[in-house]
Amino acid sequence: MMTNQGNRVTQGQFSFLPDLTDAQITAQIKYALGRGWALSVEYTDDPHPRNTYWEMFGNPMFDLKDPAGILMEVNNCRKTYPNHYIRVIAFSAVRGVESVTMSYIVNRPKKEPGFGLVRQEIGGRMIRYSIHSYATDKPEGERY
Amino acid sequence: MNDTNNSDSTTVLADDAPVNLEAEFEASNVKEVLDKLDRELIGLKPVKTRIREIAALLLVDRLRKQFALTSETPTLHMNFTGNPGTGKTTVALRMAEILHRLGYVREGHLVSVTRDDLVGQYIGHTAPKTKEVIKKAMGGVLFIDEAYYLYKPENERDYGAESIEILLQVMENNRDDLVVILAGYKDRMDKFFHSNPGMRSRIAHHIDFPDYSADELLHIAKLMLATQNYRFSPDAEKAFFEYITLRMKLAHFANARSVRNALDRARLRQANRLFANASKALSKTDLMTIEAEDILASRVFIEGKLDSEPESGQ
Repeated sequence: MMTNQGNRVTQGQFSFLPDLTDAQITAQIKYALGRGWALSVEYTDDPHPRNTYWEMFGNPMFDLKDPAGILMEVNNCRKTYPNHYIRVIAFSAVRGVESVTMSYIVNRPKKEPGFGLVRQEIGGRMIRYSIHSYATDKPEGERY
Repeated sequence: MNDTNNSDSTTVLADDAPVNLEAEFEASNVKEVLDKLDRELIGLKPVKTRIREIAALLLVDRLRKQFALTSETPTLHMNFTGNPGTGKTTVALRMAEILHRLGYVREGHLVSVTRDDLVGQYIGHTAPKTKEVIKKAMGGVLFIDEAYYLYKPENERDYGAESIEILLQVMENNRDDLVVILAGYKDRMDKFFHSNPGMRSRIAHHIDFPDYSADELLHIAKLMLATQNYRFSPDAEKAFFEYITLRMKLAHFANARSVRNALDRARLRQANRLFANASKALSKTDLMTIEAEDILASRVFIEGKLDSEPESGQ
């Protein structure tokens, strides 16, 4: 039985929805800017859910007033890595929070092969389970 | 652009439907800004005319949009030239507000930068730096003061050229996102444009700021004092007019900026004078009024020299 038909990676916000349009991304960025959060763009080609730290695309953007600048950066990243996962994250510097408060995928590979279940036998007939992305069988940069 | 414009573009008016320019003008609140400009900026005739023209164009464009008469968004990149202290920065700030009211820029903030903020110190430093500034200015106005410093022809390895290249690209591709205003002294800006013809052609509005006359400077001085809750006594006003006429002939005259400095020094002298006769009870008017002696003590009168020059014989 397949529960996630398209094998779409579902992490971050809005990931169960259809891909966001540029207008929707702009609206989300605007919301984050309105809260005074710093936005940045990150990319990766390792979709493992525990892969928390993605590569930064440029520096985080502080003190911006308008979403256009961030969307420009998103589009630059899309042009550079058309077949990578790209996400926009918003960092809140509020004391006591000081962490990422928003994160959503804005670009994904055309074909996502999904994950396989790996069973490892260990002592005492026990089995350890882990998941393995089919994409990561290939070396970095050639995965999608 | 902004929300009202979006709704405008969805409903197209019939060909013979009347539209009211007057009403649109009222609704945009531009009148208020233009009036404020008239009130607070003395002189500067050509500047005000050009701003009015731009405001009119943007308003008419908005009406045309209601009939779905598309025209390309006008380029509003500007170049302000003029001597020091003629109000270039002040007008740039106002410009951001006007363009915001007209819905031409989304946020209406002004990011004021100089060469240091745009040009890096080593290879590969300039592009991210310039881009960061541009991103900050998006939705508003990017004001580049002393823009001619960006290009240093005597050093061919200077990174300024790289910065100019990025700026040109953004000025062309992101016309809807930001307005770039360059400012600088006339002769140097001319030289700058001469060596960067691409820059010249991308800037539609070249506005020259004229020098102020002595009358206008006195007017400015009175406005400046009023904002700080000071005023001239009648004698002081005459003295200050004389001061201005003398000062204008001396070197390093920077129009309104020189006036401001002169006023600051007059305030110092006033405070000192009040302190010297501390035995006398002071009234509110005493504290507010700048007397002729506060101005006549300036070395411009006594030695025909600048106050900022070192003392003679030392």
